[in-house]
Amino acid sequence: MRRLRAVMLKELRQIRRDPFSLLMLIAFPALMLVLYGFALSFDVRHVRLAVQDRDRSPRSRELVASFTHSTYFDLVATPAPGQDLARLTETRVARAILVIPEQFGRDLAAGREATVQLLLDGADSTTAATILGYARALVSAANADVVTEELARAGRRPAPRLDLSPRILYNPDLESTQFLLPGLIGLLMMITAVLSTALSVVREKERGTMEQLRVAPLRTLELILGKTFPYLGISLLATVIVLVTARVLFGVEIRGFLPDLLVVVLLYLFGALGYGLFISTIANSQTFAFQAGLLTSLLPALLLSGFVFQIRIMPPWLQAITYIVPNRYFLVVLRGIILKGERLTTYWPDVWALVVYGLVVTALASLRLVRRED
Amino acid sequence: MRVLWQVIVKEFLQIRRDVRMIPVIFVAPVVQITVFGFAVNTDVTNVPMVLVDEDRSATSRDLVSRFVDSGYFDVVGSEERADAAERWLAVGRAQMALVLPAGFGADVVSRRTAALQVIVDGSDASSANIALGYASAVTQAYGVDIQATRVRPRSGTATVRLEPRVFYNPDLRSRWYYVPAVLAMILLVMTLLLSAMGVVREKEIGTMEQLIVTPIRPWQLLVGKLAPFAIIGLIQVFLVTAVTIFGFKVPLRGSFLVLLGLSCLFLLSTLGLGLLVSTLVQNQQQAMMGAALAVMMPMILLSGLIFPIENMPRAIQLFTYLIPVRYYAEIIRGVFLRGSGLSVLWPQAAVLLGMGVAILTVASLRFRKRLD
Repeated sequence: MRRLRAVMLKELRQIRRDPFSLLMLIAFPALMLVLYGFALSFDVRHVRLAVQDRDRSPRSRELVASFTHSTYFDLVATPAPGQDLARLTETRVARAILVIPEQFGRDLAAGREATVQLLLDGADSTTAATILGYARALVSAANADVVTEELARAGRRPAPRLDLSPRILYNPDLESTQFLLPGLIGLLMMITAVLSTALSVVREKERGTMEQLRVAPLRTLELILGKTFPYLGISLLATVIVLVTARVLFGVEIRGFLPDLLVVVLLYLFGALGYGLFISTIANSQTFAFQAGLLTSLLPALLLSGFVFQIRIMPPWLQAITYIVPNRYFLVVLRGIILKGERLTTYWPDVWALVVYGLVVTALASLRLVRRED
Repeated sequence: MRVLWQVIVKEFLQIRRDVRMIPVIFVAPVVQITVFGFAVNTDVTNVPMVLVDEDRSATSRDLVSRFVDSGYFDVVGSEERADAAERWLAVGRAQMALVLPAGFGADVVSRRTAALQVIVDGSDASSANIALGYASAVTQAYGVDIQATRVRPRSGTATVRLEPRVFYNPDLRSRWYYVPAVLAMILLVMTLLLSAMGVVREKEIGTMEQLIVTPIRPWQLLVGKLAPFAIIGLIQVFLVTAVTIFGFKVPLRGSFLVLLGLSCLFLLSTLGLGLLVSTLVQNQQQAMMGAALAVMMPMILLSGLIFPIENMPRAIQLFTYLIPVRYYAEIIRGVFLRGSGLSVLWPQAAVLLGMGVAILTVASLRFRKRLD
């Protein structure tokens, strides 16, 4: 026990001596959260719209007004007929161009169907799909009004209306922060836990101080625990800071039971620290440890965990890989506890998966460590 | 010139000596682009949906089949009551519940307002938003059909038809948008991170002093240290472009030469930033933390590579003009998807050139001062 404390003290002193790295470990996650919370969203607003109105009739102006008066579109250009429209999208002056043909007003007056064209820059597919949705909704709303008017004028009963009322659970305003937060916690704990553990061990190897630790009267277990415990503490501290930041700046509340949260965070850290140790048994240089850590833990945590991109729509072979990404399970439980206010017991399979992952990884790492010692 | 050549050779030898770095340099980009190409997909399809059909009329069944046929929704189960369906959302087995209350069909038939409800798990905000959009589109389309078949307004009802034409990415594949972006990320990692660490490692190991006492001029040392990373970066441009075109079938509509040339301009900034980071930090761990976390992550997130810049608040939009990756992202997408050439992309190219020269100048001045 005393020897364990000695190793921990040594490690803490080493961390303290490098305040820049410590600051990065603790402050970076909160910074990321602020960045995500304020800057990043998939909500599409203020689409740059160009309108080429070749008709210039009251009806065409009405249609244009329905676009420009919505908060979705900002009118940025009104190209004259004959102007090169493709140039507008290629230079990214406009995202979408509404083209109203000459006979638009006449067609409508004659009771014919009139066609307008929407030219869309589809390079950013997600945004384009959203814009298309907005445009369709605006046009069909206008059409519905026309039909209702016609029916009323003909003295007929109005058409039946379908009234779709959405009810959004857990995150009624559909704020991105609410759902990014749990993923972010997983991500930052990967960084602090995996990378810092791996690097701290490899650094000793690189500088040759690992041999000194080997010959010191320490058991392998004491060495491992002594080296990982300080980083466990730092990771927990960073988690608390992120949770507080999310609460203060973005109003994200933890709806579930706090001890549940602590349990799942500790379980996850157990696996992450074990994995960091495992990398350190393979790597000989910090560069390699960092690249390997980045590629095999941070990248999956970002892309293969369901953080932003859904696992459901990935190809089956990739879905199979996601089963060995601990964040996959961690996220389900974390979102459940933080956003849905559920108990840990709701997600037994995921909790067990985390336990198994931690045990397997730590076992692998210790096996490799012990073998090296002989 | 010979001295310069020797520094470059030394640097390559050092990279090669670290046997494990070779796979990292050449395998990592391929892994990254593969994972990105397949995992990064914001197309929302097959939303798992639980069904609560309290009405059980022909109309309600009709609407349900509309939801299923749209391809956006998969019925994963059905419940008698709405609150039972909510459990499915809590556990995560479904993301949406469609509730058709009793009387829905009768309301439609008698031309009253017929209410229906979707309950969405909002914890994944962006996909919930899109799923909601689909749900209302399906409902709206159904409403239009009812109008057409049941009400039959007189034939000459003047309605507007919207005819969309999508440029550059007609099927709106998100893969086409994201896969070329990987090029920027890989170049960032390979040039910024590796060059920063390459310089710092010499400091840490103490060989920087040896280099300083040799008759190498500072600029030779500088160019010699950076050139290998620039070369690796350019090889990555070939590699990643090949995988993008042949592996993911993303069209390269513009000229590869333009892409290559403008990538060189981008490398000026990344190598410069790498050098700058190396003059600011003490050891490799700091270099990694600084380069990867403080510089690269914000640059990637704010460059428009993943999250569109238009959606950011004004102040942050202004800030993105300072990020070189922003211009490179516009170049990549311009060349790949829009087939743009220099006649369109010259402003971006000019900014990259200016930034690159400025950053490199500041970095090498700092570097030099440390050497003297």
